[in-house]
Amino acid sequence: MEHPPLISVEGLSKRFPTRAGDVHALEDVNFSIPRGSIVGLVGESGSGKTTLGRCILRLVEPSEGRVMFDGQNILDLPPKELRALRRRMQIIFQDPFSSLNPRMRVRTIIEEGLIAHRLGGTSRERRDRVATLLEEVGLQADHMTRFAHEFSGGQRQRVGIARALAIEPEFIVADESVSALDVSVQAQILNLLLDLCEARNLTMLFIAHDLSVVEYLCDQVVVMYLGHVVENGSTALVHSQPAHPYTTALLSAAPVPDPFAGRDRNILKGEIPSPLSPPSGCVFHTRCPLMVEHCRQAVPELRAVGGRRVACHRAEDVLAMGPATGAAATL
Amino acid sequence: MHTSSPPLAPPTLEVTALQTSFIYKRFSVKAVRDVSLRLERGKTLALVGESGSGKSVAALSLMGLLPPAGRIVGGQAVYRQADGTTHDLARLQRRQMRRLSGPDLAMIFQEPMTSLNPLLTVGDQIVEMLLTHERLSREAARKRTLDILRLVEIPAAERRIDDYPHQMSGGMRQRIVIAMALVCNPALLIADEPTTALDVTIQAQILDLMRRLQAELGMSILFITHDLGVVAEIAHQVAVMYAGEVVEQAEVGQLFSSPAHPYTQGLLSSIPHAMRKNPEEGRRARLNPIPGSVPPIHALPEGCTFRPRCPHSEQRCTLPVTLETAGPGHRTRCWKWEAVQWSTRH
Repeated sequence: MEHPPLISVEGLSKRFPTRAGDVHALEDVNFSIPRGSIVGLVGESGSGKTTLGRCILRLVEPSEGRVMFDGQNILDLPPKELRALRRRMQIIFQDPFSSLNPRMRVRTIIEEGLIAHRLGGTSRERRDRVATLLEEVGLQADHMTRFAHEFSGGQRQRVGIARALAIEPEFIVADESVSALDVSVQAQILNLLLDLCEARNLTMLFIAHDLSVVEYLCDQVVVMYLGHVVENGSTALVHSQPAHPYTTALLSAAPVPDPFAGRDRNILKGEIPSPLSPPSGCVFHTRCPLMVEHCRQAVPELRAVGGRRVACHRAEDVLAMGPATGAAATL
Repeated sequence: MHTSSPPLAPPTLEVTALQTSFIYKRFSVKAVRDVSLRLERGKTLALVGESGSGKSVAALSLMGLLPPAGRIVGGQAVYRQADGTTHDLARLQRRQMRRLSGPDLAMIFQEPMTSLNPLLTVGDQIVEMLLTHERLSREAARKRTLDILRLVEIPAAERRIDDYPHQMSGGMRQRIVIAMALVCNPALLIADEPTTALDVTIQAQILDLMRRLQAELGMSILFITHDLGVVAEIAHQVAVMYAGEVVEQAEVGQLFSSPAHPYTQGLLSSIPHAMRKNPEEGRRARLNPIPGSVPPIHALPEGCTFRPRCPHSEQRCTLPVTLETAGPGHRTRCWKWEAVQWSTRH
């Protein structure tokens, strides 16, 4: 890569202490997000993807590791400098029903960030800015006097996007931002996100559980399982030739909207283990169809195999078998 | 009951022009305006629609589970037992409905905890279900419960039978709910978004389980979902709902390959799929979503309700629409269905 990445996550770990012991939410996570790209973060619930998104914005304080934002480690910045850096990053939440304050008018919601960062100028200037933003996300300027409950789910998500864009961030974390939407509305919002990313040269971390959305939207994908990155590479490559058995299983479990597609697939047995006591060795070994004795003992390192990074002792074997598990999530 | 059904075996469930309203003191809302469905014995019919389309209200109407303000105001829903006896589910008294549910009808919901009692062990809940509907000793009921738990692949069933719902994961709870629904061997299972709250890997397990149980037990399934991927996985027949009406019903392959309603066509083209950056333009291809949003149910447009969002609309679409036949077993609520099918192919 010619340019240094905008975001670089290095050795990031997060443990939540509980009475029953530590919850290992993230374990030694390493990956980077190139400037201007969209990186997808996928995994089942409990894989740590939301925690990772929040650690990167320092909304959650990580236990160990570094998050480099444009060359600065945001984890050891003093509050004042962190605040200046925060202006360059934003988050769009999953649920447009609970992430907008029901007592605020849309204008207040959107201009709050402008005021907090002293960017807005006079009240009239802020008003004009809100109007422009609303139009940019496909709403109307006169919507600014309304309350959140007066909008449909898709429109609310547009308000959430306008709010995030108000302070002109360079980096956005979209945490399951289209998951709660109906498919026709979801398509509108995906198009909008693509338009905005291209027009404003945004860098985005797109957290999702829907692999087809990630395949459509993202340049790169990070697959997580139980707090570990198990595979990371270009979306096209990972989707067509997964090298980790978990990626293979995830792709094959995704329902394919084609009744004529093959239904011969490998269904993963069991469920994600508890992060209170993660399995020894490779955390996936308890559900892995390719498990050998070595996997129980040695933690696989994230290493380069066939053009991507993968954490599996048997990645070469997985690649050699091909996406033989039947229906991959390609249409 | 008079029947004019076409040849072959009569369907398990035939819904004709069902209408359900919510009636309040000052106003009423027509949530289901015209739903006609045909579910063949041993098959799965998917009822697809986006939020607010009325698909869940239609299902609740069939089960007699409408909230107090909800009334079925028209149409019929004929359920046919294996021996040929018919019941109009739209007109059953609560007592008659209670007698049918369990041995004939069963329902599973999206969130398993809404169907489970947190104060009873899962085993006791299933045993209670059996004792209500069948003449069995407690020991025999417990044995049947153990069998059904094994059938839905609960690991270590003899231990988990005495667990409480909170001791189980979401996927396990949904298996328990399925076990409870199936223990009396119902002929018709109504499943309302049963896998929506689950992770894809668990969803794949549950869909696989439902397919297998259908093959073994021969039940008919009405599967309500918003996910066209799930539809393609599980359905034989599909009915698409929009603004309280079924706008299209067809065999699953037919519906995906040549949709005959512009709404179905729009839904299918909204599904994200791999589109690479076009190297010359350096810009990704865009999806082709349906413009606008679903009209509020109290301000529906005249004539075809999809007209304001439809690329094929013209003057005639403001007139009342009727169901047209677009092929064997293929009905659509669009008089321009030939043009719609043509535009999908080209």
